[in-house]
Formats: sequence, C-alpha cells, structure tokens
Amino acid sequence: MAKQEKTWELRLYVAGKTPKSVAALNNLKKYCETHLKGIYRIEVIDLLVQPQLAEGDQIFAIPTLVRKVPEPIRKIIGDLSNEEKVLVGLNIRPVKQ
Amino acid sequence: MGINFFKNCISIIFIILIYRALFQFNRMKSIPKIKTGINGLDEITEGGLPEGRPTLVCGGPGCGKTLLAMEFVVKGAALYNEPGVFMAFEEKAEELTANVASLGFDLEKLQKNKMLRLDYVQIERSEIEETGEYDLEGLFIRLEHAINSIGAKRVVLDTIENLFAGLTNQGIIRAELRRLFRWLKDRELTTIVTGERGEGTLTRHGLEEYVSDCVILLDHRIIDQISTRRLRIVKYRGSIHGTNEYPFLIDEEGITVLPVTSLKLDKNVSSQRISTGIPSLDEMFGGKGFFRASSILVSGSAGTGKTSVASSFADATCRRKEKCIFFAFEESPQQIIRNMRSIGLNLDQYVRKKLLEFHSFRPGLYGLEMHLASMYKLVKKFKPQTVILDPITNLVSVGLLNEVNSMLLRLVDYLQTEGITLMLTALNSGTTEHIDENVSSLVDVWLLVKEVESNGERNRALYIMKSRGMKHSKEVREFIISSKGLEIVEVYRGQEGVLTGSAREAKQREAISARRNGRGQFKKTVKKTK
Repeated sequence: MAKQEKTWELRLYVAGKTPKSVAALNNLKKYCETHLKGIYRIEVIDLLVQPQLAEGDQIFAIPTLVRKVPEPIRKIIGDLSNEEKVLVGLNIRPVKQ
Repeated sequence: MGINFFKNCISIIFIILIYRALFQFNRMKSIPKIKTGINGLDEITEGGLPEGRPTLVCGGPGCGKTLLAMEFVVKGAALYNEPGVFMAFEEKAEELTANVASLGFDLEKLQKNKMLRLDYVQIERSEIEETGEYDLEGLFIRLEHAINSIGAKRVVLDTIENLFAGLTNQGIIRAELRRLFRWLKDRELTTIVTGERGEGTLTRHGLEEYVSDCVILLDHRIIDQISTRRLRIVKYRGSIHGTNEYPFLIDEEGITVLPVTSLKLDKNVSSQRISTGIPSLDEMFGGKGFFRASSILVSGSAGTGKTSVASSFADATCRRKEKCIFFAFEESPQQIIRNMRSIGLNLDQYVRKKLLEFHSFRPGLYGLEMHLASMYKLVKKFKPQTVILDPITNLVSVGLLNEVNSMLLRLVDYLQTEGITLMLTALNSGTTEHIDENVSSLVDVWLLVKEVESNGERNRALYIMKSRGMKHSKEVREFIISSKGLEIVEVYRGQEGVLTGSAREAKQREAISARRNGRGQFKKTVKKTK
C-alpha cells in the first residue's frame, strides 16, 4: 500500500460552468471521496480563463480529466458518468464496500 | 387541346425563368478571394482561395497536401502580411519546421515575428479513455487562443481527420466539425483543411460534407514508372476556375502549378524579323529570316545537321545580345559546344557571357508534364528571347504521341505569348510515327532536311515545307556543312536533272569554264537543247 500513500494529483479541464463540466466535477469528487479519501487533490482549470494552458496538457476535448501523479499521465474525456471506466482509466483500486 | 396549351405556357415560363437566373448569375460579381502566393494556383483559381471561407485540400499520402497548406500560411505571412495559424494533427511542430526548412521556409523566424503560430494537437488513443458526454471545446479554445495571439487571418487544419482515429464517438466528432467550420466562417478566417483521400470519396471521413465552398484535389500518378503530380479544382462555389488537371511540381522553392493551357488564340504577334544565323537561309525567306516569336520546326533524318541549324540560330540570337536557352535531350552541353566548334561556332563564349544556357536532361528522367514544368520554370527565370528544343522526338519515349503534342502545344503557346522564338528539331525516320507531321500544325515554319543519295555519295537537301505569312523560296537547295559553318547553295538543274554534291560542283565548274572558253559556243549548246 506504500505506493498509494502518495497524493494523487488530478486536474480537470473545463470551459465555463456547463452541465457536462459540473457533472464531471461532481462525479470525480464522489469517486475520490469513496476510493482515495485523504490522498487526492483536484485542480480545476477553466480554459475560458486560462486558454494558454490547453496546449501544455494536449487538451482538445472538454471536460478532460488528467492524472498528473502518479505517473504515467492518463487522460479521461467526458462527464465521467461511468464509474467503472473512470476507475479503470485512472487505475484506482476500488475500495470494497 | 386546352391542357396542351396550358402545358406549353408553363414550359415557356420556365424557360424564361431559367434564362433570367442564368443571366443574373453571369452578372454576379465573383466572390472575394485572397491570394495563396503559390505559383500558378492563383491563376487557375482566378485570384486565389475564397476569402473568409474554408477550402478542402485532399489527396492520397505523399501528394503534397501539408506542403500546399504550409505554403499558403508561410506565403501569406511573408508576402501579404497576413499572420496564420497552422494546427497540425499529424506532425509535431519540430518535425514540421525541419521538413519545410529544406524548401526555404524559416518557420522559427516567422514564429518569432508573430506571423505564424504552430500548434500540434496530439491525439494518442492509448492514453485516452472516454466516458460519457464531451465536446471539442478545448480545440476551439486552443484555436481561438492561437488566432488571437497573432491576429491570424489564415488557418490551416492538417489533418483534422485524425480526430476520427483518436476518438470513438463519431457522432460527437461530426457535430463538432460542423460547429467548427461554422465557427471559422463566422470569424471570416480563410482556412485550408486537409484530408486523406478515401476509396471512391474525396476524403476518408467525408469532410467534403462540411467544406462546400472550394475543394482542391491533389494526385500523384505513376504511368510507365514516371510519376507526375497533378492538381484539380473539383469545385469552387461562386467563381469560375480552370477545370483541368494541372501538373504541379515540388522543388526547392515549394509548389509550382502550371496553368500553361491558355488555349485562346489571341496573342500579340510581332512582324519583326530575325536572322536564322545562316545568311543563305535568310535569303530563302526573302533575305530577312524568321518572324520573332514564331515557332520553327527543323526535321530530317539522322545526321542531316538539325542540331547544327539549331546551334546557328542560337549563335545568331546571342550575337544580337539576346538570350537563348538550349534544351538538349540527346547530348550534353560540352558535347554540343565541342561539336559545334567544328562548324566554326564558338558557343562557349556566350555561355560565359550568360547569354546562352544549356540544359541537358534525359527524356526518361521524368514525365512530360514535369519536363514542361521545369522548362517553363527555367524560361521564366532566364527570360530568353529564343528557346531551342533538340530534339523533340526523344520525348515520345516518355509519353504517347498525342501527349507529346499537347505538351508542345502548351509550350508553343506559352512562348508565343511571351514573345519568345522557339526552334524545335525532330528526327523523322520510319519508326517514329512521323512526329514532325503531327507537330507541323503548331509551328509557323517547317524546314525539312533530306538526304539525297546519288552517284555513290550522300548529300543534304533542304527545303521549306511551310512558312506562314512569309514569302519564301520554294526550291530544294543543297545544304552544306563545312568548317566555316552552314551554307545553303542552289542545286544544279540541267539536262541530267537535279544534281547535288560533287556532281553539282563538276557541272558548275564545267559551266564556268564553258563560259570562259567562248560565249558563242555555250550559247549554241543552249540553243540546241531548246
């Protein structure tokens, strides 16, 4: 479990408060609270405010979730409505309920 | 009957409506265009690409799409002071910069001067997971940011179809593409979108559905192991344009399209006469020589001195301090210079004075169109008054006879509009399908050199088959090549028929001595023959 001690750095790219972005953020928060409690950090970047940041992470779809840490970088696009896919995509070991 | 009358009335009204619509369409002003700066493309599009609208450039792999798009942006920045954004989906910015550096485009400098912005959009399927709804707003934001940062007027999306490979939800991509093109139109950005050619369709994913104003198709075809690039404007809404396939070439200066087929026969004609370089040949044309900007064909069998006639003409051109280009398809420049020294022509001096340029290439080196293209370019660069092709027969080995004809037609046409005199030589023997006869309708003057064999010697006879608009000698004359140059002398016509060579000389000597010995006797013989 030592590997997971590290803080997860997640970055969510959105463009304004669209329903999709809001849904994505809510979904993400929910999953993190369930499976990564205490060891995650979510950073929300609004590209309408900071368009220059889109190039760095190769963003073309909105919303995009980028896992910066742990490496390697992973990306999930969409409103994150499918929990299983998100967990697989981020390689999170689900906490058994 | 009443119904018939009614039907007729309706059809007449329809016809009137159609005519009016056509009339109005003709009067409609052409849509605003911006120049691409690509050699020749602006001519066949009658002014460039539609301003503020997207244009689709499609074609197979390696046909030059990216290059055309890049040249559009680079030339826009360099020549027309219009900044441009190049959004690449295939190649990284560094790769692009390196790839086009060989064509003399310095992308780094343009980027530094804020005239160009490269943005590489990486879509790596293996890194991306899709879940739920999304849109491509990120792409819009990036594009907008890039456009705003330099005030871009031109945009390239190369190749946006990569989205289809990277994402699974095609419905979203299609909806977003439609939105993207509307977005570009609303911002009045002149855009080039490139697309890979699909099976039976213009683009693999049907981009033509979204870009409907102007579609340019590039093609790279190989016929008989010789490749030619061609460009065709498939559609151009609201504008007239050339509809043919135009050959184009990519060389160290980028793309050159050849709109040489201007088949209007309305060029300016010159009535100035220029020397042929052979005084006795000038004499056959009433002492004045050829018309300037006319085309001359010299044909004959092997070894009849066609190249010598052409070289004399080149020599005469340079002696007038005019420029001449000599395209040789058989011999190397050094060979021609050496060989012509034997007939007293020193062509070397003109090469050194930069009045004469030799270009030798093997006909099989590349296709006919490419030959035409390269000749066209060289002519444009050197601006000669005379062009020589020696011989055109060899080109038949590259293309079919009618293709060679159409190529020559375009060349003749182009040179005449530029006021350049053209001399072609052609070999006529039984095996070459008589190229000279096919070409003769294109040329103004046709000189034929023939071999005459009699009394165990071969002599050359020359005559003028045709000569448009000039009084000319109709005689067959003897054509002599000596170390002093070329000379055309009258043949001996007497009781024994037409005599050439040593027989003619003997007869002439006889006649002269007869004249000297006694005029009376000579007269008597003449009377006798009468």
